[in-house]
Amino acid sequence: MSVWRIGWQVALKDLRIEWNSRVFVNQVLPFAGVTMVIFAFALDADSVLQRVAPGLVWLATMFSMLVLVQRSFAVETADGALDALRVAGIDPRAIYLGKAVALGVQLLVLEVVLLFAAVVLYGQTIPTDGVVLLVTTLISATCGLAAVGTLYGGLAAGFTGRETLLPLLTFPAVAPVLIGATRAVEAALGTAGAVVSDGWPWVGLLAVFAVAFGVGGALAFGPLIDE
Amino acid sequence: MSVVELDEAVAVLGQFPALAGASLRVEQGEIVLLRGPNGAGKTTLLRLCAGLLPLVRGTGSVLGLDLVTHRESVRRTVGLLGHQNGLYLDLTVAENVRFWGSTVGASDNEMLVAMQRLDIEDRLADVAVSKLSAGQKRRTAIACLIARRAQLWLLDEPHAGLDASARDHLDETLRQASAAGATILVASHELERAGNLATRSVEVVAGRVHELPSRTDPGEAVPGAQGTGDQAGQAGPVPGALGTGDQAGSGE
Repeated sequence: MSVWRIGWQVALKDLRIEWNSRVFVNQVLPFAGVTMVIFAFALDADSVLQRVAPGLVWLATMFSMLVLVQRSFAVETADGALDALRVAGIDPRAIYLGKAVALGVQLLVLEVVLLFAAVVLYGQTIPTDGVVLLVTTLISATCGLAAVGTLYGGLAAGFTGRETLLPLLTFPAVAPVLIGATRAVEAALGTAGAVVSDGWPWVGLLAVFAVAFGVGGALAFGPLIDE
Repeated sequence: MSVVELDEAVAVLGQFPALAGASLRVEQGEIVLLRGPNGAGKTTLLRLCAGLLPLVRGTGSVLGLDLVTHRESVRRTVGLLGHQNGLYLDLTVAENVRFWGSTVGASDNEMLVAMQRLDIEDRLADVAVSKLSAGQKRRTAIACLIARRAQLWLLDEPHAGLDASARDHLDETLRQASAAGATILVASHELERAGNLATRSVEVVAGRVHELPSRTDPGEAVPGAQGTGDQAGQAGPVPGALGTGDQAGSGE
């Protein structure tokens, strides 16, 4: 079977696990929501909140992503399933692809919810002329985050102390996504006088990042999870 | 063609030669018991046959695939069941079997037959694996091996953690799989039970394999085993024990 077909099966399996366990709905979304509320308490003034809302959305996304990634690989290691995938000779690229797609789907839902939370909690508005840029930014940033998260999640899965190792590895690597996605969303929302055209170069950066980490991750994932 | 052919095989763990010139030949349908003390190289031998460890010296093949040049291909033909079951605890029994079957393109019928063989297609099918007993998890794991068409089963202490009833069920399943053409290597310290299950025994000592006297009577216990020996070899061929028969030549 092709890498794509097996990757699709892996993605469906991961999403089925989340559907059965409800961890995303019962734990990750509340965690992200609480994070947004805490930010609101900490920054208090409406003017400041509206100015920094795009960055807070992406910070909350990245914190929540760590929970998702750890969960994604915890289900693989709980009963030796990741080893079983290796023993079964399943192409590591398919495993990487499938897990990244499943993570990306969850991240995308999370980001939409967090944007909605920013509108409700921070009084943020979404101008119609920025919708295309906003959607493109969400998709490209999600691809980059999913690519990095899956790569480092697979790397950390084999180590003791993976809970602390994962953020240490992941946060520096996703810094370009945090910066690029924040600037692009600021442009889409018109924050602090930014215009839509300011956001497209950042989307380009996000796309390059996603492709680079996607290809690199697919190639590196096999050796990382192997002996 | 033998299913497993090792000749003076050497495999290392770090710098330590866990297998130091092991030679072994296993024919189709055999159930071979690997005996030996802890650290003798039994698990390493299984992992070598699974294509998980490189063959450093000597020659070896599994199902005609060279262990040096076709190690990745070897993995697709074998099923290794160790101390863990390789299951997803939040998926149901049926979802686990479906996932593992889907990785080789198994049909719905094949997956159903795999579950029927282990008697998990009815009451247990929709139960989350996390809620199963140890024996039920083991049965589910073996159903997954069948669904993904493993031709060589490598079992490391398969009876560990199972009660008497679950052990009997497991043994019966392995005999039926063997009768249907699967080849099985079992590493075990439980000589009484595994000895009665096996058609042949070898001893692994200090990384080398020593043949033990073969059994002439299927009911005769393997040397070192103390069981009744009244079960081995009784299971006749079971058509479809490894699937429905519609899987031959299909798949990847």
